[in-house]
Amino acid sequence: MSATAAKVPETEESVRRRRAARPKDAKRRLGSTALIYLVLAGVVVASVVLTAVEGRNFFSQGNIWAVLTAMSVLGLIAIGQTLVILVGSLDLSVPYVVSLATVIAAGGMKGLDGNIPAALVNTLAVCAVIGLVMGLLVSVLHVHGFIASLGIGLIVSGYLGTNYQGSHGSAAPDLRLLGRSGIAGWIPTAFLIMLAGAVLVTLMLRYTRLGHHLYAIGGNREVARMSGVRTVMPVVAAHVLCSVLAGVAALLLLSRTGVGSPTIGSQGRYDLLSIAAVVLGGTLLAGGKGSVIGTIGGVAIFAVLDNVMGVMQVNPFLKDFVRGLVIVLAVAVYARRSVVRRPPRFGATRTVLPGSSTQQESA
Amino acid sequence: MSATTTTAAPGRSLPATEGSLVQRALRGAVTPGGAVFILVAILFLAVVAANPSFGEPPQLIRFIGRTAPIAIAAMGQYYVIVSGEFDLSMGAVIATQVVIAGNYIGQDEGRVLPALVLMVAIGAVVGLVNGLGTTLLKVPSFIVTLGTMLALGGLVRFLTGGAATGNPVDSFREIGRGGIQDVPVLEVLPYPVIILVVIMIGGVLLMRSPFGRTIVATGDNPDAAGLAGAHVWWVKTRAFMLSSLSATVAGILLVGYAGVHPSVGSGYEFTAITAVVLGGVVLGGGRGWLLSAAAGAFALELLFSFLNFQEVESTWRPTVQGVIIILAVAAAGRAWSFGRRPSRTSPPAAPAPPSTPARPGTETGEN
Repeated sequence: MSATAAKVPETEESVRRRRAARPKDAKRRLGSTALIYLVLAGVVVASVVLTAVEGRNFFSQGNIWAVLTAMSVLGLIAIGQTLVILVGSLDLSVPYVVSLATVIAAGGMKGLDGNIPAALVNTLAVCAVIGLVMGLLVSVLHVHGFIASLGIGLIVSGYLGTNYQGSHGSAAPDLRLLGRSGIAGWIPTAFLIMLAGAVLVTLMLRYTRLGHHLYAIGGNREVARMSGVRTVMPVVAAHVLCSVLAGVAALLLLSRTGVGSPTIGSQGRYDLLSIAAVVLGGTLLAGGKGSVIGTIGGVAIFAVLDNVMGVMQVNPFLKDFVRGLVIVLAVAVYARRSVVRRPPRFGATRTVLPGSSTQQESA
Repeated sequence: MSATTTTAAPGRSLPATEGSLVQRALRGAVTPGGAVFILVAILFLAVVAANPSFGEPPQLIRFIGRTAPIAIAAMGQYYVIVSGEFDLSMGAVIATQVVIAGNYIGQDEGRVLPALVLMVAIGAVVGLVNGLGTTLLKVPSFIVTLGTMLALGGLVRFLTGGAATGNPVDSFREIGRGGIQDVPVLEVLPYPVIILVVIMIGGVLLMRSPFGRTIVATGDNPDAAGLAGAHVWWVKTRAFMLSSLSATVAGILLVGYAGVHPSVGSGYEFTAITAVVLGGVVLGGGRGWLLSAAAGAFALELLFSFLNFQEVESTWRPTVQGVIIILAVAAAGRAWSFGRRPSRTSPPAAPAPPSTPARPGTETGEN
């Protein structure tokens, strides 16, 4: 390799290699998020047809409102879940955190507007502490994220089951108003809050040090550590953000239901559905690759599916069946693609190698 | 196969195989896989101290019978976890089998055997789907089994309307409920205990066979196992099938205890994972013993019995379960290196290594 005679073809080769690598990589990256929105478009078209068959309009004001509302809660939770999965962990505790947050917030508000600030701070602080504990378990004690979050979730569910029976407290009128408000009757405020969260988290992932560290640690924690990244803080931050976002989602739920419920989270199955949405959105379950934009696409697919099944009055149990099928099929399409994907230089050498090796041998 | 040559190399033996039997047993007890047996013993003594009648053989054998389904499920989950995957579909499989038993058999004695064949076939097919989805379609097992869990669970609830339906003939329920009467010390020897012991022995023999060694090797490092000649996809698929078949057996036993309702078995997957993890088996694969997984299930049930006798409200059960698994895993992450290798700084509790970086090198080697 070090021979000077081979230098000229070598550099040409490397340039070609780099050129070959770049557009291909760009195309692939476009493909990964574009694919999920392509699937979404397909689902929407199918839904429009099916809704029309039922004699109703998918794009009616009320229906769009319903779809966007359905997206907002799962969306916020899935954004947090994206962060946690990106960093190579997992959060199964979200349903219990959501339930706990609704109970604490509703209990704190007691139906009075004056209590809102204190209740909000209380709720989100409790969520943040739960996230903090989980993050420390994962990062300092090296407990697998699956177990840490499952354990924390069980602990919280035991607390909820022991101390709360039935609905608890009541939401303040202002919060309920928020749940009903929106822009022009088309876009609910809850959806805007979710969108704002998505934009903020995307900006954080793209432009801040924390965001880059999240990807680095998710890709390979040991390599990140040896490269000088402090691995504890980003993992903790991801878990805290996830739990806080679950708390915000719980407040949105509360704004609609009006009372805190100790079972609302586990009824919604937010743990498994949010993970499914994240993976559907193209984020690798092993961490290190993915985006919030994709996750929102995954959430939208679920929301549209749910909506059309609601319009068609599908049996609620059959809904789960359809959901399960969609998850496996969609991810099967996607996972095969992402397995082929690898860091550009490896991808480039692989595609160019057969030609280059024969060249070098002949030279 | 290849695994047997690596475990007993003639030149330098592993620390785990040195010394006398007592020394090895002591050293094994320090690992999380061995410590769970000590935990079971301590919990047993605690329960007996709280309620002396629990220690009497008839009571004890009934307790073992009650715990058999969860221990069998935990052993099934063990195969999947030690191969580096998850099986979340277990609870749904149990529900499916229970409902099939309730509705297909009915009051017809003649249908018991065909039903058993049907249930085993369904269990095998679900495991096959899970395994092929994970290995050939390359979907993470968490997602595949989540999908089968939602699909199966939804289907079962749809077909039954979410309510208890059907009632299998008593002779079928006897499998889970009955036992051999008039046994000398025990009064009664429940069938679940016999089934559990048979499955345990079979499992231990299986884990000592080439297939068992290959499962552990695959969980430790799928690429290395593949290069050593193992058919990774088929090994993992069989692990999933074993898991679903174990869930099937657990379901058959549960029909006797719990009756026919689509919610039977809900949450079993997480309880089984908890038991496996409590048994010191490392999530991510490659480390842990089969019997430790079963012991984990017994430890969990003993703990719940203990809490019952202490008159702790049953609503606190999940909390205790949560605290225990976190503590167990936090301790296990440190301790596995202790029993296996003399000195290693990084704990082996890290998740399964990503397979992509190793691939380019191997493929250029083929060119």
